[in-house]
Amino acid sequence: MRHVRVLLSIAVATATAGCSADLSLPDEVEFNRHVQPILSDRCFSCHGPDANARESQFRLDTEEGAFAVLKGEEGAHAIVAGDLSSSVLYRRISSADPAEVMPPPESNRTLSDREVALIARWIEQGAAWQRHWAFIPPRPEDPPDPIRDWPTVNAIDRFVHARLAEARLSPSPAADRATLLRRVTFDLTGLPPTLEQLDAFGADDAPDAFERVVDRLLADPAFGERMASLWLDAARYADSHGYQDDLERTIWPWRDWVIHAFNSGMPYDDFGRLQLAGDLLPEATLSQILATGFNRNHMITQEGGVIDEEFRVAYVSDRTSTVGSVFLGLTMDCARCHDHKFDPITQSDYYGLFAFFNQVDEQGVIDYQTRVPRPALRVPYERVRSELGFVTALADGDSLASMVMADMDTLVRPTHVLERGRYDMPLEAVDPGTPDAVLPFPDDLSPDRLGFAEWLFDPANPLTARVAANRFWSMLFGRGIVSTEDDFGSQGARPTHPALLDWLALELVRSGWDTKALLKTIVLSATYRQSSQAGAELLAADPDNTLLARGPRFRLPAEALRDHALAQSGLLVRTIGGPSVKPYQPEGIWEEKTGGGGGSLARYERDSGEALYRRSLYTFWKRTVPPPSMMTFDAPDRSFSSVHRQTTSTPLQSMVLMNDPQLIEAARALAYRMIDEGGATPEERVTFAFRLMTARHPDSEETAELTAYFDEELERFGTDREAAADLLAVGELPHPEMHDEAEAAAYTMVVSAIFNLYETITRT
Amino acid sequence: MDEIEREIHYTMNRRHFLAKGSLGLGGVALGSLLVPRLFGGSGEEVSGEGADALLRGVLRTPHIAPKAKRVIYLFQSGGPSQLELFDYKPLLRERNGEELPAEVRMGQRLTGMTSGQDSKPLAGSQFEFRQAGTEGIWISELLPYTAEIVDKLCIVKSMFTEAINHDPAITFFQTGSEQPGRPSIGSWLSYGLGSMNENLPSFCVLLSRGTGRPNGQPLYSRLWGNGFLHSLHQGVQFRSGEDPVLYLNDPPGTDRESRRRWLDRLNALNRRKLAETQDPEITSRIAQYEMAYRMQTSVPETMDISREPEWVYRMYGPDSATPGTYAANCVLARRLIEQDVRFVQLYHMGWDQHDNLPDHIRKQAKDVDQASAALVMDLEQRGLLDDTLVIWGGEFGRTNYSQGELTRTNYGRDHHPRCFTVWMAGGGVKPGVYGETGPFGYNIVRDPVHVHDFQATLLHLLGIDHERLTYRTQGRRFRLTDVHGRVVQDLLA
Repeated sequence: MRHVRVLLSIAVATATAGCSADLSLPDEVEFNRHVQPILSDRCFSCHGPDANARESQFRLDTEEGAFAVLKGEEGAHAIVAGDLSSSVLYRRISSADPAEVMPPPESNRTLSDREVALIARWIEQGAAWQRHWAFIPPRPEDPPDPIRDWPTVNAIDRFVHARLAEARLSPSPAADRATLLRRVTFDLTGLPPTLEQLDAFGADDAPDAFERVVDRLLADPAFGERMASLWLDAARYADSHGYQDDLERTIWPWRDWVIHAFNSGMPYDDFGRLQLAGDLLPEATLSQILATGFNRNHMITQEGGVIDEEFRVAYVSDRTSTVGSVFLGLTMDCARCHDHKFDPITQSDYYGLFAFFNQVDEQGVIDYQTRVPRPALRVPYERVRSELGFVTALADGDSLASMVMADMDTLVRPTHVLERGRYDMPLEAVDPGTPDAVLPFPDDLSPDRLGFAEWLFDPANPLTARVAANRFWSMLFGRGIVSTEDDFGSQGARPTHPALLDWLALELVRSGWDTKALLKTIVLSATYRQSSQAGAELLAADPDNTLLARGPRFRLPAEALRDHALAQSGLLVRTIGGPSVKPYQPEGIWEEKTGGGGGSLARYERDSGEALYRRSLYTFWKRTVPPPSMMTFDAPDRSFSSVHRQTTSTPLQSMVLMNDPQLIEAARALAYRMIDEGGATPEERVTFAFRLMTARHPDSEETAELTAYFDEELERFGTDREAAADLLAVGELPHPEMHDEAEAAAYTMVVSAIFNLYETITRT
Repeated sequence: MDEIEREIHYTMNRRHFLAKGSLGLGGVALGSLLVPRLFGGSGEEVSGEGADALLRGVLRTPHIAPKAKRVIYLFQSGGPSQLELFDYKPLLRERNGEELPAEVRMGQRLTGMTSGQDSKPLAGSQFEFRQAGTEGIWISELLPYTAEIVDKLCIVKSMFTEAINHDPAITFFQTGSEQPGRPSIGSWLSYGLGSMNENLPSFCVLLSRGTGRPNGQPLYSRLWGNGFLHSLHQGVQFRSGEDPVLYLNDPPGTDRESRRRWLDRLNALNRRKLAETQDPEITSRIAQYEMAYRMQTSVPETMDISREPEWVYRMYGPDSATPGTYAANCVLARRLIEQDVRFVQLYHMGWDQHDNLPDHIRKQAKDVDQASAALVMDLEQRGLLDDTLVIWGGEFGRTNYSQGELTRTNYGRDHHPRCFTVWMAGGGVKPGVYGETGPFGYNIVRDPVHVHDFQATLLHLLGIDHERLTYRTQGRRFRLTDVHGRVVQDLLA
């Protein structure tokens, strides 16, 4: 009876699908798109890849398991294609009996009515099984036909438009030129365009005007800095060791290698290969060895009394999970203690990967004050000059030392599966290897990091190119085609545009892993160039812009917010690379947390002069007390790898933008520029600053608002000269004698307001 | 009127209202400003949580009837010695200087600081214990004020942890994981229960430095980090001195009145853009600026303890008049709780007594004893103790044998994760002593409480089922207690 009632309710749900958004079902239910995410999230914990956690010997993560005869239920099957009433799975998920229903109520994994209905329809439609999408290599697929009257530049638009047409949406018109120039300049260099660049592009009617802009930006050394600032998160780069007393380390030469690699157009496969295994190449160059600093960026402890092996194992685990998420988009870390709950990665797979990184000649606990714990690369000055030309910051005669990878010469360290991941509980020994579900490790590759890197960039690897292409996409659109950039597994989000992702991945490989070429293709697309303006209707139809009926819009990342103000105020110092710098930071925040060891980073000794005005990616990163203004704007603390930042909005962010001395000083510098270069009247000067920060002219009301405010402040500072002098004393920049203090102070407040505009802090 | 129009209306009215002055603490709750998708944040979208959940908490209704609404966590950083403070072991005195028996140690791991030490002489405490309260609970002479309130305390003598070094141990206690990167307890509560206050962050942090070992263990800002949760849930450090919250102070040459005018101009410009674009992110920004503006008033007001009556300083002890001390932070904690801040986290550094323990711990205990007890009594007399949970404890305990040489007057103790003492008060906990260690004070013999059990119990007291407050990221649901923890029912009143 109960059974009948449930069936009836499904029938009702299906019949009313047209009017109930909640229960509307797709006409054709596709396993990978609709069903597998439910099974993964609600069922795999107990009926998935982890053999030790599997209940009733029933598994739903493989086709074989899902259709097998159920143990203990004679002749019964969980899923019988096309036959709902014989499918025990359906009976259990739709049961009203708490003792029978699956998942059990206490698991907090209960299925919604819609989810039950989806699975039901899938079974009725024949229960076609598919392998997890991300483990099937990308398939070449012709882009859909272009849609008439919709501007189409390349294949990207054809994929996007087809999806829009399905959803009965249409693309937005192109963004105006100034907006587009600002957008692409921030995206590719992390910096704003100059007024001259805005004027030039605005006046350039040639059909290839935008393409030439893109070429110019990709050739700008700031491109490498922008790309590096993203990579530093992924690589968990920092200038300190991270644990406990958190002492200084030297690995900035690796950061400079990254900048150089991007600027020189190094193909992405070489970029990855060198960072993973440059030291193992025959006749490895200094540059190739330096690249391997990537895998030494993890935290290292110097805490007294620590058990060495416990931490050495932690470092190897860190490399394993970092490589897993950064290159493979897999949450390998889940398999450190047990078989993965959701993805076909066993605990032995984890330790197989771990084995590649387990041969490093390193210590778990380093001596206090060791800045370059072994293995280290030490290069005399002369060889730095001749072989590492991009490292320019050395004082005459100094030698260079940086942390790198190097395996032990002779001894091979056996790798064991570790029970619950515990360093002191070894189980069976494993050889270096990779998860079979991704791509079996070929016999002809060397079982070391170099072999691993070859495996990673084998075109047959279904993940590497997709994960990379997705990350490049995300940097330009604010979210990936797969929004969970570090998880392409069964718990990750499904691609919003699967065929497009595959096209981009194949294009990346086809071009010889040419990063710049792929970025160029994406930004030239009409999809990228759309206006980001959304009307109420579009906002309601697609609030997250997953279908790309409009251009991307998001708050500037932490680095760009500060660099923007420095650049437009004229303070920015464009030196590339070198040791990290210590700009303004609130007093005492290192000191108050410093312990007995004290050590090299006990006190924050602020730099002065040019070091105050370097790009933000050069700001010294002390892991236990990271730069607070950057943290407030969602920078990760770099304790571990992170491939995607949140974009939040909080009151603390407002306070940084209002009061950070770095920004007040920049406002002051821009005020002087306004007076010197911005014209003669307040209107002209306000327009000058407004345009620098937003790339557009203010309208008359905006100008009026700002000039009225200027008048108010001029009057205030005119009567309160002391207040003006106080404001103009913020920061090291001297007040130029020729400027009237009240006027400069009033413009400083005006600029501060412009710095805080939504349009200033947003890339539209 | 749609939401955006209403918002514009509201801000306009507010502007006029504010222009007339009257800038008290009573702002309008941020919740009333909420429109869909007010706060961006891709992590939230992945988890499927609604936007307004950010401030109201993701739990519409608590899982369990809550006993406590707020928490003050008096974290004693460095690992206070339970053997000098709470866990009375006369046997150690009787056998002072004898080797730690192998059957007591049972081969359990030691830190590298004493694993190589040839002799591990048992060290009896040099401090007297006496019985206090109606139940005659043993407590050290180092804690005379705590002894006075012992009847109100739930003393857990059977805490244990897994980590043996400070950094992983303190990270484990605060985030449920030895690896950095997970949200802190206060962040989880902010995420789950939301904010009860529109002028202050829901998770506030106060630091102080001990006199017992002034150069003790460091602290790390990740201990109050939001991990993968929205950054609105991060702990905000309140500091003594000129800059009570980082970047709170307006630049020199500006005052409140000029800041208000500045903000009105900014709002006017942002509202124009809002009207043009209807971009809800602008509404969010406007709201954040107003909150920041209110915090600029409310934080200094809260931090200014100079107008507390004289009896408060007497009650909390002489240090309490000195900003930045533990005692002053206890007064501040009470002030924050009075304003319904959800979670106040204190850290007091300096409990890491590897050597010169008798001298150091005497000072260290003096730092905290009077003020901790005063805080409990003060909350009680203000009627706040019933629904405020106070917790006192560190990241691990200390060994029963001496680190370094044991002399007649001096000894030290190494880290000991296998048993230590934590106390709680108020907020639905049952007063009394829970758990027991063996006569050597090295192992637990009854009712062990793991860190995850402690965390599960804490959440339970606030109405949260620790298995059901989760956040989905990196392919799985994370929670404070990982996949462990049980509510210790016997601790509940």
